[in-house]
Amino acid sequence: MENIKHIIESLLFVAESPLTLDRIKTVLPQADIQQISDALFQLSQEYETRKGGFFLREVAGGYQIRTRPEYRDWIKRFIQPTPPRLSKAALETLAIIAYKQPIIRSDIEHIRGVDCGGILRTLLERKLIRVLGRKQIPGRPLIYATTRQFLEVFDLKDLKDLPTPDEIESLGTGPSENPDETFP
Amino acid sequence: MQDEVYQVKLDNIFEGPMDLLVHLIKKNEVDIYDIPIALITDQYLVYLEWMKSMNIDIAGDFIVMAATLTQIKSKMLLPAHAGDDDQEDPRLEIARPLAEYLQIKSAAEHLAERSLLGEDTFVRIPGQQEFSADLGDEIIKVGLFELIDAFQKILVKLSPDERVLITAESVSVKDRISELVDVFESKESLTFDELFPKNAVKSEIIVTFLAILEMVRLNLIRIAQHIQTGVIRLFYL
Repeated sequence: MENIKHIIESLLFVAESPLTLDRIKTVLPQADIQQISDALFQLSQEYETRKGGFFLREVAGGYQIRTRPEYRDWIKRFIQPTPPRLSKAALETLAIIAYKQPIIRSDIEHIRGVDCGGILRTLLERKLIRVLGRKQIPGRPLIYATTRQFLEVFDLKDLKDLPTPDEIESLGTGPSENPDETFP
Repeated sequence: MQDEVYQVKLDNIFEGPMDLLVHLIKKNEVDIYDIPIALITDQYLVYLEWMKSMNIDIAGDFIVMAATLTQIKSKMLLPAHAGDDDQEDPRLEIARPLAEYLQIKSAAEHLAERSLLGEDTFVRIPGQQEFSADLGDEIIKVGLFELIDAFQKILVKLSPDERVLITAESVSVKDRISELVDVFESKESLTFDELFPKNAVKSEIIVTFLAILEMVRLNLIRIAQHIQTGVIRLFYL
């Protein structure tokens, strides 16, 4: 058991992206999923007790070792400048896409009341959103959705993990209600 | 003396009409479902005048909102017919989008408060990526004709029986793009051949090829060919 935990820890150390339970299972066929998630839980507990420089986060459907936010300033001194923070407008646009996806540009602009072309380009470049295809309506507009990168950047397990904005249920009727255009 | 105007540059100017409306509602501390429409409309129009005098270009959106507000204001003046139950408050026309906008704003704030990767929290930066060796080598951009050649090679690989096989099942280009995006999300780069399974039928191959062309046009992927090996590789952008 102890051994499994250390194997998983070593995998987490070398993994380039969040490690899923299934991915760990393919490397460790002798362990069952329960053992693996127990080991992950123990590792997480150990990191919490130790309160060192990093911790274990469940993001984008997997697990990843990340540095604790309190050390951000030192890390930023150490590594190359990070891309600039997203502007308020970009965050709002991203929030609309995250909560209402799949969504077309005109619906986003309808909610924000302003043009979003430039912002959409920035979000695409930063791989936070992606194009899912075109909607079969006149003009065949592009359909946007968020990416796995979005989940990783915003420290989210999955889309259900999105924070619930204040009373979002009471509205419900966004302009993008088109059930037959929904993508999996 | 010249007509010199003291100019101030503001970073946080109202981005759109909705922002201005939210600002006014907060300033007056009113309920969005019970907006004193006359008051808000007047203040809104005053702001538009200020913005004009401050040489801020007012987009058409601001004017449209002003028209909407004025229209609601005039509707409010009309007497409501008794017994006309289904006549809803004209102010809902503005209250609904406002409520939705406020929720999005709060959602955006919640998102910004999270521990952002690359900002608050960091991961070990992966070393050499699998294909970085390829990138180091000389790569040329592929033109349409090289792509068509490569496509022909794949068609030739098909056995003759499969070439005449007619199947009803068809995948749309849109669906194929969706599938390919998923593959690219996990792999980042693929060779041209990898996209075409060995036992694929002709229609699948054609749909895949069209999907690739469409993805290039949408700037989703970049195509490059290795000079020595001639291998065509597609990179997810």
